[in-house]
Amino acid sequence: MTFIHYLFEPGFFGSGPVHRALIVGAIAALVAGPLGVFTVLRGQSFAGEALGDIGTTGGSGAYLVGVGPLWGFLVFNVAAVAVMELIGVQRRRGRDLATGVVLGSGLGLAALFLYLESTHQSTTGTTVSVLFGSLFSVAGATVPIAIAVAAVVLTLLLAVGRPLLLASANPELASARGISVRLTGYAYLLALSLAVALCAVTIGSILSTALLIGPAAAALRVSARPVWTMGIAVGLAIAAAWIGVLLAYDSYTWPPHHQGWPVSFFVVALVLVIYLGCGAVARLRRPRRAIAPPHAGASDPRAIVA
Amino acid sequence: MFSSFMVNAWIVGTIVAVVAGAVGFFVVTRGSSFAAHALPNGSFAGAAGAALIGIDTLIGLAVCSLLGALGIALLGRRGRHDVATALVLVLMLALGSLFLSLSSQYAPAVYSLLFGEILGIGSNELAPTAGLAAASVLGLAVLYRPLMLSSVLSEVAQARGIRDFAIELGFLVVVALTAAMTIPVVGTLLVFTLMIGAPAAARSVTDSPGRAMTLSVAIAIGTVWGAIALSYDTNYPIGFFVGTISSGCYLLGRLAAAHRRRPARAATSAPAAART
Repeated sequence: MTFIHYLFEPGFFGSGPVHRALIVGAIAALVAGPLGVFTVLRGQSFAGEALGDIGTTGGSGAYLVGVGPLWGFLVFNVAAVAVMELIGVQRRRGRDLATGVVLGSGLGLAALFLYLESTHQSTTGTTVSVLFGSLFSVAGATVPIAIAVAAVVLTLLLAVGRPLLLASANPELASARGISVRLTGYAYLLALSLAVALCAVTIGSILSTALLIGPAAAALRVSARPVWTMGIAVGLAIAAAWIGVLLAYDSYTWPPHHQGWPVSFFVVALVLVIYLGCGAVARLRRPRRAIAPPHAGASDPRAIVA
Repeated sequence: MFSSFMVNAWIVGTIVAVVAGAVGFFVVTRGSSFAAHALPNGSFAGAAGAALIGIDTLIGLAVCSLLGALGIALLGRRGRHDVATALVLVLMLALGSLFLSLSSQYAPAVYSLLFGEILGIGSNELAPTAGLAAASVLGLAVLYRPLMLSSVLSEVAQARGIRDFAIELGFLVVVALTAAMTIPVVGTLLVFTLMIGAPAAARSVTDSPGRAMTLSVAIAIGTVWGAIALSYDTNYPIGFFVGTISSGCYLLGRLAAAHRRRPARAATSAPAAART
């Protein structure tokens, strides 16, 4: 009993903010898992990262006009996807550049919004809470919206999942089979922008990549089957989010100030530990499949179609 | 605008623009925009950590961005390069947020670190900035030929016995040094716009590397000067102007390139049409 008390500080299960944090974290993890797998396979980590950062613009803009940050994240991410698409994010060459340029102008705008916010309303906490997240202060009204957004993303994925997988792993084969690589690319970017918005609510806009990329990359290291990989990614992401919430709750009794360490820090650190751990597991298992060529490990996209 | 407390801003801004423009040329040529975005972001942790233990911000920035460069290069050797970059980046950012919450720094400091603060540059920062600038320019000069070769023709470079990993690591270190000195001026989140916008615009106008690099430096200087002037006049954050002007330059460059290419394409497609 004392052990349980040591593990879960008193009041953990009775607290409303903790419940909301656990629910929102789980929803974000549920969406981030499958989307992250596609992102890693397609090599578009930078797009995911950029969307998260652009969410900063949306989040700060939302504070400025006085609506919930999730709305800002959603609107600006979808708009950013449209612009990136317009200036050619789908072509592999120059894709990073297009992403970078959109990201740069978005961040410039974020600087302006945050500045206006802090001068007009003389609250100074917005910068930190938009950028680095504040899972414990998620408003109750955000939860149903988050569930609705997650439902949209998962429906979209169910609809385009199979062609998208083929188009991501082997574009030539996909177009030979009559799949529109470009159209599936649009669908993917749209789903990505919504998923990143959910991650941004959970751990903050500039940290959202961690929840998107980390668990998925870790899962790809230990499994090569797509559906399994997505399942494992979801599980790992939920684990990171929940343990992060628990540790952050416990950390209110930790030094140096007894005021709690940020939730987002724990989640990101756990994600990295999971990624490195899965790498170690993959290395331990490698000798058993000696037939595979040295570089076609679990992290090779071709392993999925093979 | 040119009063004594602004002189430092102009000098530091110019140094920063020259180095960022030159290093940025290689960032764009090698397609390492992501690393150029990640390194400055990661060094945010350095600045926050320096504030926590009470040492000079610039030292924290330099140490942390060098660590970030090492991390990206080592993790990227096996596994996916972009995943490694993303994970190193978010870990450093998260560490930064932890340091900030542990120290008693408040939001305005965070804000100026993230989005830049040109007025806060004191004369005691001139020497370290110039030192870092000299180091990155020197690094770039040493690396110039092999780096150019491995950026443009990586197979030829390998055949000549140039080690890709060593070049990549050296290049990342140069980017890290540049980032460290640029951050106090433009802010962690917007450093890379200076390293991408100007060179990308320059490259879309000219194909010759020497000319593109010169043009890139010129555009970067123009961007920083414009941003300082506008920021001084309007009181809005300098990061906003740097980001907007850089994207504007890129857009203009793209338009100019499209305009240039149209007659050329018509000329090349005409004989092809005649042959069929």
